[in-house]
Amino acid sequence: MFKKVLIANRGEIACRIIRTCKEMGIITVAVYSDADATSLHVKIADEAYHIGGSAAKDSYLNDQKIIEVAKESGAEAIHPGYGFLSENAEFSRLCKENDLVFVGPRPETIEAMGDKISAREKMEAAGVPVLPGNHSVASADEAVEIAATIGYPLMVKAAAGGGGIGMELVTNDDQLRKAYSSNQRRAKNYFGSGNLYLEKALLNPRHIEIQVIADSFGDAIHLGERDCSIQRRHQKVIEEAPAPALGDDVREAMRQAALKAVTSLQYVNAGTLEFLYEEGQFYFLEMNTRLQVEHPVTEAITGVDLVKEQLTVASGKRLSVRQEEVTFTGHSIECRVYAEDPVTFFPSPGTLSNVLFPRDVRVDHSIETGTEVTPFYDPMIAKVIVHDLDRQKAIEKMKQTLLNTSIEGIKTNIPFLRRVLDQPDFINENMNTNFVQKHKETILQ
Amino acid sequence: MATITSTMAGNLWKVLKNVGDTVEAGEEVAILESMKMEIPIEAESAGVVKQVQKNEGEFVNEGDVLFEIE
Repeated sequence: MFKKVLIANRGEIACRIIRTCKEMGIITVAVYSDADATSLHVKIADEAYHIGGSAAKDSYLNDQKIIEVAKESGAEAIHPGYGFLSENAEFSRLCKENDLVFVGPRPETIEAMGDKISAREKMEAAGVPVLPGNHSVASADEAVEIAATIGYPLMVKAAAGGGGIGMELVTNDDQLRKAYSSNQRRAKNYFGSGNLYLEKALLNPRHIEIQVIADSFGDAIHLGERDCSIQRRHQKVIEEAPAPALGDDVREAMRQAALKAVTSLQYVNAGTLEFLYEEGQFYFLEMNTRLQVEHPVTEAITGVDLVKEQLTVASGKRLSVRQEEVTFTGHSIECRVYAEDPVTFFPSPGTLSNVLFPRDVRVDHSIETGTEVTPFYDPMIAKVIVHDLDRQKAIEKMKQTLLNTSIEGIKTNIPFLRRVLDQPDFINENMNTNFVQKHKETILQ
Repeated sequence: MATITSTMAGNLWKVLKNVGDTVEAGEEVAILESMKMEIPIEAESAGVVKQVQKNEGEFVNEGDVLFEIE
């Protein structure tokens, strides 16, 4: 096992990775930007190195500097967390060239899944169901032509996209033309590539994903599914495991499809197969070749520490769990706490006061009273995770937990979360990705 | 002389109006990038831009004056 690991991330995920490293006796190296000099991840790590300015491109995306610091500190491996460099094949290659272990899949796998068009092709070839769509479109005119053959509604998506950025639902030619140009600009801006493709849109799909992890000996396991249908701005807000209201046959089919994908990719380390599910059918959406934000709900119901397995596999060892040893107990829900207006979802940076979380549940966070939430990074400031015997009890526990959570000084989405948990459709397991839109009169008041 | 100020802290991503341009009340005059989100800044009242106080790419704080209008 590694003696020393550098965590190339910030915020709650850096803290969460450091926690497992400590449990495993691994020395931790944190990195930080100007804005994060006094952050919690810097305080709790054994060592911390300043890597640059506040803007992500000057620090957490500065691959050369991170490699340099890793070597200087004597770290043997780099855990990228999620976001930033976690799905950057070049970075993973750079690690290898510098004799550092990248805690994640091989660069070729990251590349193949990072381009959403190539990912679609690979999955289709592996026998994983995909939505009808076109592999790429070169112009708005061509998009309109192709739309006539697939039929509306359609999703316009960025080939290099992720995080809900650069995708838009369209229902006619006019909308398609507009969406084409605006998303091309946005995709170019965020991902450096303006390549777009079209995909048939489902009207009321659920987002269900399968957690997988594989070692370099070719052994792969799934850790069940998560339902992440409650979203705002195409980003997840509430996730749960196991997925409610899903037939056992479909559940098993999704798990097997995910394992098929893993085998065909000769995948190594943790990953997530995201599917859209509607009326008994499921379709490949994308694969995230990294640890997910919502991984704690899977950890809650399986008892498997995903970061520990990631480090184990990355160090060249076998997975410490076999498929037949994986069991699912109870129900877990995660709520993402965002620094944002609970109605408009506009970000709300500022200084936190009176930060208080209940002690009897898992809260992955990196904030305390006095922490400044800066405008430079993602607005997610905490994840509240509950685990109970069944879904109803878990919902009750979450409601109680949010009631007893205090974060002052900025706006947060906690009022929004509480309204979602109170919705009869949520309680009755009747959710899809349009949930927030459908219930906006009661949720966004 | 009226001003258009930034509604929150962030990076000034796009300045959509130049000196001499007319603006309508409620019109988008700049786009701010904060916490990975694009935030449109709108003019509260109509007028003509007299001065642009900030440049694209500059970091602005909540309440910073972006434009002076008349």
